[in-house]
Amino acid sequence: MSEENEMVTGIEAPIYLKYNFTAGAAAARFLAQVKKGVVTGQRCPKCKQVYIPPRGACAACGVPTKEEVVLADKATVQSFTIVSIPIPGNPIEPPFVVANLVPDGANISFIHLMSECDNADVHIGQRVQAVWKPQEEWDYAMDNIKYFKPLDEPDVPVEKIGKLPVTGLEG
Amino acid sequence: MSQPEVLHQEFELGFTYTRSTGPVVGRFLTELKQRNIVGIKASDGRVVVPPMEYDPDTAEALSEFVDVGQEGEIVSFAWVKEPREAHPFDKPFAWAMIRLDGADVPMIHCVAAEREDQVSTGARVRARWADETKGFITDIRCFELV
Repeated sequence: MSEENEMVTGIEAPIYLKYNFTAGAAAARFLAQVKKGVVTGQRCPKCKQVYIPPRGACAACGVPTKEEVVLADKATVQSFTIVSIPIPGNPIEPPFVVANLVPDGANISFIHLMSECDNADVHIGQRVQAVWKPQEEWDYAMDNIKYFKPLDEPDVPVEKIGKLPVTGLEG
Repeated sequence: MSQPEVLHQEFELGFTYTRSTGPVVGRFLTELKQRNIVGIKASDGRVVVPPMEYDPDTAEALSEFVDVGQEGEIVSFAWVKEPREAHPFDKPFAWAMIRLDGADVPMIHCVAAEREDQVSTGARVRARWADETKGFITDIRCFELV
């Protein structure tokens, strides 16, 4: 083998999966409401749990969920992660906070960002509220909410997280 | 509850893998870059193309590289009527198991042909090299009927 023909030691073997994702009835309905600045869940007719984002069925009971419930854009931190390592393709600069948040009126959390906070102060039970993009930018997307910021409200005890009514702490 | 419009969105998930080839496949690809095809001799004397690192019967490490021919014979094939995006041609072609001269085991590659009835088991084919070789299986652009 000549010098200019160096031994091959590696190959590029990328795999690209091209999807056309269809939201389905429940998610489409949810996103249509988010486009109007409203956060909705669906209540299970059997166990009465409220799910967000709604999937059209209760995973626990295996029954369709039809009743739509308007939720608050206030929520409680159920758990969180402080991301310190940059993720390729992610435009957000670390460190940033990703949290599982339970909106008031729902019984399950969804994932969103937290900001306008001291990362070191973020804690389970913390009260937060959505910071929305300007209304003219609203689309069928969860990032109509830019992030959640802390609220000046007392913490929710762990056993009450995921059990608040839509009216929040006072309710 | 009114029926919402159907929402859909395209997105692409990419796994941008790079794979290390190891000494045997690395040698095979390096030889391809030089427009040469090598196999490896297994413990029972068979010449295996592409070369493998370990003997299929005894599992011992293999190292005896053997040059094989750039022509061979179609052992079996499948005609692709409607090529897909990742395929090597945008017109119909054949995937074929090709036993190269000097090899005992067939290797899969594509065969360029105008029509399906031109391709047959036992047909002789010859490697056509890519204009630019870089150490990849596509350095063999395709096999052509002799």
